[in-house]
Parts: sequence; C-alpha cells; structure tokens
Amino acid sequence: MKMKEEKLIGEFCIRSKARHVVIIGNGIAGITCARHLRKRDSSSRITIVSGETEHFFSRTALMYIYMGHMKYAHTKPYEDWFWEKNRLSLLHDWVTLIDFEKKELQLKGQELLKYDILVLALGSKPNLFGWPGQELKGVQGLYSYQDLQNMEASTTACERAVVVGGGLIGIEMAEMLLSRHIPVTFLVREQEFWDNVLPVEEAQLVGRHIREHHIDLRLGEELDKIQDDGNGNVNAIVTKAGEEIPCQFVGLTVGVSPNISLVRDTQLEINKGILVNEHFATNIPNVFAIGDCAEYRTPPPLRRSIEQVWYTGRMHGETLAHNLAHEPVPYQPGPWFNSAKFLDIEYQTYGLVTNKWEEPLISFYWEHPDGKKCLRLLFDKNTRQVQGVNAFGIRLRHDFFDKALQNNITVEQVMEQLHKTNFDPEFYDRHYEEILQAFNAKFGTSLRLPVKSKKKSLLALLGFKTHR
Amino acid sequence: MKLIQKIGLGVFLVALFIFNSLLFMGSYQLTEQKLKQVTSEQSFGILKQELQPMLGKTYSSSFSFASAFNKYFNAYNTRQQENEQWDRVIWDDYKFAATKAASEGFVKNNRLLLLLLTIGLGTFGALMHILPKYRNEPAGIKHNGVMFSSNKSRGIIGITLGVYLIGIYVMLYWFPEYMVNWTLLVDPLSRMLTGGPASQWFLYGTIYTLAILVMGVRMFRKYRDNKYQLLRTSSVMFFQLSFAFLIPEILVLLNKPWHDFKNIWPLDYTFFFDYRVDSMLSSGSIGLFMFMWGILLIILGVPLLTYFYGKRWYCSWVCGCGGLAETAGDPYRHLSDKSLKAWSIERWMVHSVLVFAVVMTGFTIANYFTGFELLGQWTNNLHEWYGFLIGAAFAGVVGVGFYPLMGNRVWCRFGCPLAAYLGIVQRFKSRFRITTNGGQCISCGNCSTYCEMGIDVRWYAQRGQNIVRASCVGCGVCASVCPRGVLKLENGPEQGRITDIPVLTGNESVKVFS
Ligand SMILES: Cc1cc2nc3c(=O)[nH]c(=O)nc-3n(C[C@H](O)[C@H](O)[C@H](O)COP(=O)(O)OP(=O)(O)OC[C@H]3O[C@@H](n4cnc5c(N)ncnc54)[C@H](O)[C@@H]3O)c2cc1C
Ligand code: SF4
Ligand code: SF4
Repeated sequence: MKMKEEKLIGEFCIRSKARHVVIIGNGIAGITCARHLRKRDSSSRITIVSGETEHFFSRTALMYIYMGHMKYAHTKPYEDWFWEKNRLSLLHDWVTLIDFEKKELQLKGQELLKYDILVLALGSKPNLFGWPGQELKGVQGLYSYQDLQNMEASTTACERAVVVGGGLIGIEMAEMLLSRHIPVTFLVREQEFWDNVLPVEEAQLVGRHIREHHIDLRLGEELDKIQDDGNGNVNAIVTKAGEEIPCQFVGLTVGVSPNISLVRDTQLEINKGILVNEHFATNIPNVFAIGDCAEYRTPPPLRRSIEQVWYTGRMHGETLAHNLAHEPVPYQPGPWFNSAKFLDIEYQTYGLVTNKWEEPLISFYWEHPDGKKCLRLLFDKNTRQVQGVNAFGIRLRHDFFDKALQNNITVEQVMEQLHKTNFDPEFYDRHYEEILQAFNAKFGTSLRLPVKSKKKSLLALLGFKTHR
Repeated sequence: MKLIQKIGLGVFLVALFIFNSLLFMGSYQLTEQKLKQVTSEQSFGILKQELQPMLGKTYSSSFSFASAFNKYFNAYNTRQQENEQWDRVIWDDYKFAATKAASEGFVKNNRLLLLLLTIGLGTFGALMHILPKYRNEPAGIKHNGVMFSSNKSRGIIGITLGVYLIGIYVMLYWFPEYMVNWTLLVDPLSRMLTGGPASQWFLYGTIYTLAILVMGVRMFRKYRDNKYQLLRTSSVMFFQLSFAFLIPEILVLLNKPWHDFKNIWPLDYTFFFDYRVDSMLSSGSIGLFMFMWGILLIILGVPLLTYFYGKRWYCSWVCGCGGLAETAGDPYRHLSDKSLKAWSIERWMVHSVLVFAVVMTGFTIANYFTGFELLGQWTNNLHEWYGFLIGAAFAGVVGVGFYPLMGNRVWCRFGCPLAAYLGIVQRFKSRFRITTNGGQCISCGNCSTYCEMGIDVRWYAQRGQNIVRASCVGCGVCASVCPRGVLKLENGPEQGRITDIPVLTGNESVKVFS
C-alpha cells in the first residue's frame, strides 16, 4: 500500500479501484463533487462528512424558511433515499482534526476516519470586525442553519432590529425581519446601497425600493459598538456618528470569509482561503479544496481569487469530480453570471459590470419610468464589444448572453436582438422599443428590431414563435 | 392584518355560521297537496297511502323527517321486491323533493333575508377581507407565513376545514335532503334563470361559481403585477360564470338539455350515456350542435390546442375543476406531495381512471347500437360504480374536500381522465415546455414547493433541463415564485424541447452532463 502510494506522488491523485474519497462539507460544492464522481466512477467509496445538517440543503433558501415560504424539508434538493441509493455515505459529525500524514480525520462524536483522497469543501463563515459587544446574545451573522435557529429564537420578542452591512445577505436579513413585522434599521457604510459592486443608478434604484418597504435605510453610517442590557443581551447599538439606536437584535452581514480554522497551522498552504491550482489541488497530494473555502493561486481570467457564490461552488464540484475520475482539466468558467433578488426586484448580471469604469469602456443605461426596471450594458467605445450587462426587474436569457459574450458580441448586435435576450413570462410588457429608442437617441444610431410581419404574428399567436 | 380585513373575516364567519345553522331551523310537514306537487301521478297514488302516517305530522328537523320518509318509502319498495312485483317498485327518488316541499317556517318565510344574511353577507365579508389585501405594499410574491398558518399548513383550522368540506360533499352527493333549506334560498335565482326551483346542484353551482369569482379577486390582488396570472384567472372566472353556470341554466329555461359547452369527455363521463345522447339528439339543431361540438373537442380540440399551447389551455385557463383549484384552492397549492413515490402513484392512478372511463364508454356505445342486448346490466353497473367512485367520491369529496389536506389538485393529478388524455398529448406531441434559464438555478426549492401538481421542478431546473411533464397544468406559479428568473413557460419548436442529457450553462471546463 505504502509503496503504491509513493509511486503515485506527482500524479494527480490515487486511482485505485477501492479508494476512499472523503469530502468534508455537504454544501453545493461538496455534494456536486460527490454526485458527479459517483456518476463517473462506480467503484470508489465516497463519504461525506458534515456537521451542520445531516442532509444537503440549499443555503440560499435559508431566508425563505424564516419567512414561512418553505419549511426546512422543502430546501433539500434531493429526497433522503437518494444518498443511499447512490452509495454516498453521509456522516453527520464535525471534523476536529486532520492528520495529513496518516490520512485520517478525527471526528467529534465518532471514530477516526481514514481517507485516500480528501476534498475540503468547508464553505465560509460570517466576518466579524471586533466590534465591542459583538458576542452579546441577539447579535449574529447569517450563514448556517444554526444561525437561522438562533435568529428565530432571538427575534420572537423583538421590537426593532438593526442590520449592519449592505450586501446581499444584509438585504435578505432585512427582508426576513420585515416579514415578521419587525421594524428594521439598515446601516450601510457606503454612500449608496451595495455601490462597491453596483453602478450608482442601480444602487439608487435598489435604495429607493428598500425605502419603499419602510426599511430605515441609513447610508454612509457605520457601527461603532453594541450595548448590553446588563444580562448579556443586546439592547442598543451606537453608530460612528454617535447615535444610539435601541434594538433587541443585530444582524452583522459584513461579508463572509473562507471557513478554514480546521486547517490553520497545518502543512496545508493557505492564504485567505485554501490555496489551490487550476485543478483544485492543494500543496498536499490527494488533498483538494473547492467552493467558498478555496483560493486560486492564479485566478482564471477576469475572476477574483476567491469566489463565494452558489454557481462557482457547483462548477468547482463538477470540475473536480471530472478530474478525480479522468485526466485532469483546468477549471475554466465561462462568462461570469450571477443573480439576486432585492425584496421584490430581481437582478441578473452577465459578464462583467463594475461599479465604475474608464474609457474606452462606456455604458448604456435605460430605466423604466416606474423606477423599478433597468438595463445596463457596458461596452468598449471603439470595438463596441459588450463586456457585461445588468438587468433589474427584467429577466434575461442566460444562454443568449453566455454565447454572445464568448463570441464578442457588439452592443448594436444586442440591441437588434433584444427580443432574444428576454426571459420574462408570457404577456409581460416588453420594452424593446423604448430601450432601442433610448439607445438610438444617445448614440445617434438608427437601429431597429426585425420587422414583425402580419403572417408572423399570426404564427406567433398559434405559438410558432417563441420570442417577442 | 388591517382592521377592516379582520372585520371582513368576522362578517364572513358570522355568515358561515348562520348558513350552517339554517340546516337545523324550521320544521317539516308533508301534506297531501305538497306530495302531489312533487311526485308523478302514479307514484302519488301509492305514496299517498304509504306515507299516510306522516302526512300532516310536523317534524322538527330534516333528519327526522327524512328518516321517517325513508322508513315508509323503503318499506313499500321492499314489499314489492319481496313479492317480485318489479313494475310496482318506485324507482324515482323523491326524498329531496319531498323534504324540500315539507320545509316550513322561518327559513321558507324569510328566504330573501336569509339569502342576504348568508351568501350575500359571506361574499361581502370575504371581499372586505380580500380587497384591502397588500394595499400600500409593493407588488411581489406574497407567501410570507404560509408555513406557519394553521389554515394553510394542515393545522387545526386546515384539518377542520377539510373535514367540513368533506361533510358538505358527502351530503351533496348522498344526502341532499338534509340541505333543502339551503336550496330554498336560491329558489328565486333558480326560477329567474331556469324557470324551476333549485336543486342541490343549482345551489352547488351557485356557490361554486361565487367561490371562483371571489377567490379570483384574491388572485388579482395577490398577483397584481403578474399579467400571466391575471389573464389566466380572468379566463377561468369567465368560463365558469358563463359556460358552466349561466348558459346551461338558460338552456334549461329554453327547454334544452343542460349543457356545459366547455366540458369534455372523459371528464364529462356521461357524455355518451344513452340518456344524454338521446336528449341531445332530440333537441333539434342546438342539440345536434352540442353533440358534434363535444365530439369535435375530443378528437380535434384537445390534440390541436394541446399541441400548440400544452394542456394549460384547458386545465388552468378553461376548466371548472381547474378554475376552483386555481382560485379557492390557491392557498393550499404547496400541500401537494413532491416525492418520486407520489409521482409513480399518480401515473398509475390517473391512467387507470382513463382506462376505466374509456372501457366504460366503449361498453356504453356498443350497447347503444345493440339496443342494450349485450351486457346491458354490466354497463349499468359500470356507470354506477364510475359515478360513485370517480364522479362523486374522487372528483367531489376528495377533489375539493382534500384541498386543505393534500393540496388543490388532488383530483386533477390523480383522478381526472381528461387530464390524463391531455397529459399524454402534452408529453409526446406538443410545443409547450418550461424552459430553464441556463445555470441560474440556486436550488432554493420555491418552484417545487408551490407546484400544485407535485412536480419537483427544481430537480429539472438545477440540472439545466427543460420541464416537460404530462401533469404540468401550466399554472405558471413556479415561474412566478422563482427568485432567480429561472423558469419560463413557452411554446416553441419541438426540436430541443426535451433535453434528456442537459448541459448546464456556465462551466467551460467540462461538458457537464447532469
Ligand atoms: C443567506 C445566504 C444567501 C445566499 N444566497 C446566495 C445566492 O442567492 N446566490 C449565490 O450564488 N450564492 C448565495 N449564497 C452563497 C452560497 O450559498 C455559498 O457560496 C455556497 O453555499 C457555498 O457552498 P460550499 O459548498 O462552498 O460551502 P457550504 O455550503 O458552506 O458548505 C460547507 C459545509 O461544510 C461544513 N463544515 C465546515 N467545516 C466543517 C468541519 N470541520 N466538520 C464538518 N463539517 C464542516 C459546514 O458546516 C457546511 O455545512 C448565499 C449565502 C448565504 C449564507
Ligand atoms: S410545473 Fe409550474 S406551471 Fe407546471 S403545474 Fe407545476 S407550478 Fe404550474
Ligand atoms: S425557484 Fe428558481 S432558483 Fe429556486 S429551485 Fe426553482 S428554479 Fe431554482
């Protein structure tokens, strides 16, 4: 056994038939890796160890449990029989120590677990910036199922809540509290909501909508300290400007960082996250890292070194599963995409739209008069090539932009095919004409949508044409 | 909840209370004269004798009256049967008519007032509760607290309501004589529309239609920014009010057979029964039209429209069962079972019902042409069993009574033979599909949770696969509740509709075959 293993050093991973692949973390990254590995390799033993919940659930749906849209059971993407049927062993336990030499894991409640191949899919944890009082009861972030349970317990008798940090989880937390009729004060350090990511118009659009929901949005304000009621519970916060806001719950949502305390001070090379190459291999043979906890030594073009979204976790899992079963291929994501929902307004983005840009990049922005829908395209002034698109209140077709961005589509080409970009439900108002007119007015062009002939609209009525 | 909404709910509950208490009000007295009005001449002669002990006697409830009536009536029939005097047995059912005629006193004398205090006030209260809903709130998906609601999440209220509805349906199908007081209320409306007194079915139709209209208004509030839902709801409201309620009753007024032009065999399972065919064919050109139209719908309408639009054109735009499910049933849509097991039970059940309906109809037609020589008794048995098991128990008692227990489409999913037929077309030859938007799904589960047909939409969405399922009624709610804009109902070319080997958009490293 030892000999064989040594021979394999330098190769990508152990390829023996009965190898034991252990995955720590049953989030989207770990689970996707396990599922795809099982599809490609029927002989390996696969074990998934995770401490948070017994079964895989959708972290992105945590808010809906609190809001009463769903129960926990609804957020499990696979039925409970699925795991056994696919011979994926689940271990509901916390890993407390990894011995990379002996290749074994110490578990909190069970016996040692030996592995041949280890996949670390540990996820993230909420950031805390050492505020005085951050350890008080009723002060928390929102990441895990336990966080949700705590939030449930802490908000049963809450008269006002404060959410600190204007990101995607912050707005979700505000919406959650609102659903329980708890007044919310929302402290955002930036001058506009999420304007470190969104261009100012979009940031303002979201800001207006937040206020429309009677959330007390405080832009440009920061948390200074959290005060206690004498019994270890929060009873107020104080802002940097010195204002005291009484509250019984504080949500701290100032970003997340890789959850790597388990592997700190080991032979594993880490920076902010676990350092991996383009195949998700760490510095230790047969140990891999994927999902939120992984940090690329060299990020793929136009990507950050740590990507903490659902889709990237999934793609990491897909790619690593392939690599463990076949000749390794480098991780090569297509054009960036993401989506979110700000209260009632959906947001989708494809390609790269930064909050600020410089020539030769220029932007085209259209906003509906109701102030709840908009479309932005960022493109190169000279080549006209589109770099990215933002849409609020309008659904766009992923496949269209995935291909278009890879084929260096020009902004004019997008404009002339607006009807192909749309993914809104049937009968919704389409705004192609308005958008096109705005574009023509701004850039002096005379672009037009393809003419809709009588015959064609009759066919469309019969369902023969899907678009427009 | 705003104060006015609470008052509305209170008013509705008061009306419901009065409505239910009517069943226990008034007294029941049958006289010779009344008996004469409701029986045929021949039966009157007999019943006058047989019912002598109860004539003129006052009963304090419909229950005691009906049991006395049954006692004497059945005693007579049993005697004849024992003596094998088959031609003297009274086959007509006079229970309902006699009880109704016998009802006296408070309810009978205050019909208009009580109509206002029950159905009128109930509608008013319900609207008062519904109309202010979501006022001053930005439009959006409104499912806050659904899982905490006792009514919507199989709590005490939900279960009570389910039991109540089941009780009502049992009464409606098998003991209508207990609800004569309710039918008295709608007599004036019935006389206006059909020229005759109200049967239990007229009462049922009235309340059913009202439920669709009032709860349709609720849908308008709930989905006020969603044109697909608004149009679809308007459509079912329109078809229920006109095609299912007004037109058939007006036909009766004109001495034509009661006919719902949008009901299609095999949902309309009596369509080929001899009495229906005879009555259509003996009603002149309009009757002939009914017959031809019905057949046209079966052989052309269903396949063609389903080819172009999917089964939704019927199930969630036209059908009456669907209409109630999509309006009154909307608060319960998430109670459908999404498990793989439920899906396999569904396929077995719904297709068995279809086979049952087809076989029964086959026998019926064969018999029609052979003058009931062949298997006549058999066919009658089949009719009876189908009517009892499928028509009443399944479509009615379970179909609606189980809304708060198993969701609003139990019948449509497990029992409706027309849905099975439409579904086969939709699955194998249609342009309809729900397109999945590339790789945007976050597996949150809202779509699956709120799919009333129990389709695990997420299973498809998260692997980038289009949803092509026989049972999908195209209600569009999955697409409405999806927070990431992943789902779109659309009609398009058949090519690429079914993606057996889906590829998730976004990862260029490997072609991912989910
Ligand atoms: C509230 C919220 C909303 C979000 N919404 C979106 C969204 O809309 N779109 C989007 O793209 N992304 C969203 N995200 C981000 C997204 O959920 C994450 O990027 C993704 O879930 C990360 O997946 P993962 O598999 O890397 O890690 P995780 O899902 O975090 O899984 C890691 C698992 O490993 C377990 N674990 C860690 N250490 C140990 C140990 N020592 N022993 C045992 N088990 C251990 C953890 O308990 C956890 O269960 C959201 C995140 C949150 C918190
Ligand atoms: S899949 Fe969607 S459209 Fe079809 S029945 Fe379910 S919720 Fe309605
Ligand atoms: S609702 Fe949308 S994002 Fe959520 S699981 Fe369904 S398709 Fe995916």
